[in-house]
Formats: sequence, structure tokens, C-alpha cells
Amino acid sequence: MAEPMKIRAKMEGEFADVKVLMSHPMETGQRKNEKGELVPVHFIQSVIASHNGKTVLDIQWSQAIARNPFLGFRVKGAKAGDKIAIDWTDTAGDKSSIETTVGA
Amino acid sequence: MKPLRRSVLKLFAASATLAAAGLLGARTAFAAVWNKVGFESKTGADALKSLGVANAAASKDIQITAPEIAENGAQVPVTVLSRIPNTQSISIVIDKNPFPLNSTFEFSNGADSYISTRVKMGQTSSIMALVKADGKFFTASKEVKVTIGGCGG
Repeated sequence: MAEPMKIRAKMEGEFADVKVLMSHPMETGQRKNEKGELVPVHFIQSVIASHNGKTVLDIQWSQAIARNPFLGFRVKGAKAGDKIAIDWTDTAGDKSSIETTVGA
Repeated sequence: MKPLRRSVLKLFAASATLAAAGLLGARTAFAAVWNKVGFESKTGADALKSLGVANAAASKDIQITAPEIAENGAQVPVTVLSRIPNTQSISIVIDKNPFPLNSTFEFSNGADSYISTRVKMGQTSSIMALVKADGKFFTASKEVKVTIGGCGG
């Protein structure tokens, strides 16, 4: 059900600079729809970023991360050609993953 | 979701990815258990308590980048860089939000202690970055003025 993510990883000096754009409504549970009904809370809770299969970031989020979440981070000691992967899980148990290769 | 179920699901996900990638090394850590108490806290003080923070020292080695004025509270860019050696995690706490604890980022295996994201802000508030390094806590804060709140959107 989850739409695809976008990811870009590029060497910047000694770091791999990674930017990720996820596709998710990040409902706070406080927003009302056109009919004036509260839209149930629904958001990405957990994001794991890994570098060549090893976890580099273990993230916990609340509903107050903006819709279609953006995440930027840097990995030290990475090199061009390495694999960077993102796995997220939301409050409904939906999951999405993406993997990319670090560009020079 | 129950912690056990999450761990089990994570295990499956990790195994599936490894199988697909044909990698030798296992993913080194499973997802941390979501800090339900912290994320449901209604005050910044309770949120900090949930993270085990007692005496956090203000630090100039934490750099928060966020706009002075955010016209749209639904999308406020925030970047936190910790120059404190052995930084283990960064948490963002937005005091005036209905649930102040915004996020926690734990670093391992060579991640730089730097994160960039976009948060929602209901109204003008301080954004606090809480850094855990060598088991000790450090903080820095930055005030962001919000023109239109972002909790409804």
C-alpha cells in the first residue's frame, strides 16, 4: 500500500551524504476531513538506515514529523559503490524498504 | 504494536533482505522498542523523564539549524549536528507541541552525529535537541516562531 520512497546517496568528503524522501500521510489524529470527522492517527514509527547491511541509524518518530517525511544523514567511512538501505514501519504495521548505491 | 511482535516482524524483514541481498553479515541491531511513554507525554519534562534524563548540561557543541520564522508549521526543516565525542543519540523535543517528544535518532556503526528532517509545530516554541554521549545528556535549544500552526494538517 505504501508508495515508493526516493533515496540519494553521494560521497561528500569523508562522508556518504544520504537524503531520503518517504511517502506517508503522517496523520496526527487531530486533523478533520471534509465531513468534520477526525482522521485516525497513522504515522511512521520506526526507520532503520543501514550501510552494507549494518544498522547506522535506528530512528523512532512521533506523528509530528511532517507529511511525506524527509530524512538526511551522513555515514562516515562509506565509499562509492556501498549499499545504503532504508526500512520503515508505521503504526498500522505497513512497511516499506529501499536500497541504493553510494555515488561518487 | 507489542514489542515482541515488532521484534519478530523486524527479524523477518531483516532475514528477507539479507536473503535477497545475499549478504553474509547480519544486520547488527533490531529496531529499538518505540518509546510509547515518551511519545505520549504531554509535557517536555515528562518526555525527558521517559528518556532517563536527569541533569542535562547546555552545550555549545550542539548546532540546531531551523528557521527563525516558520510560515507553515506543517513543514519546519530542522537539522541537528552534535560535535560532542561519542554521541549515541539525538532526540528532538518541541515544548509547545501537544506531544513534545518529536523523535529519537540512535547512531551506530559509523553514522555521523548529524540528522536532518522536517517537523510539525502547532505554535511558536523552542526546539530542543537532546544529545546522549557516553551515557550523559546535553542540550541546546532554538526558538522558532510559527505563523500558521501545523498540527491540523
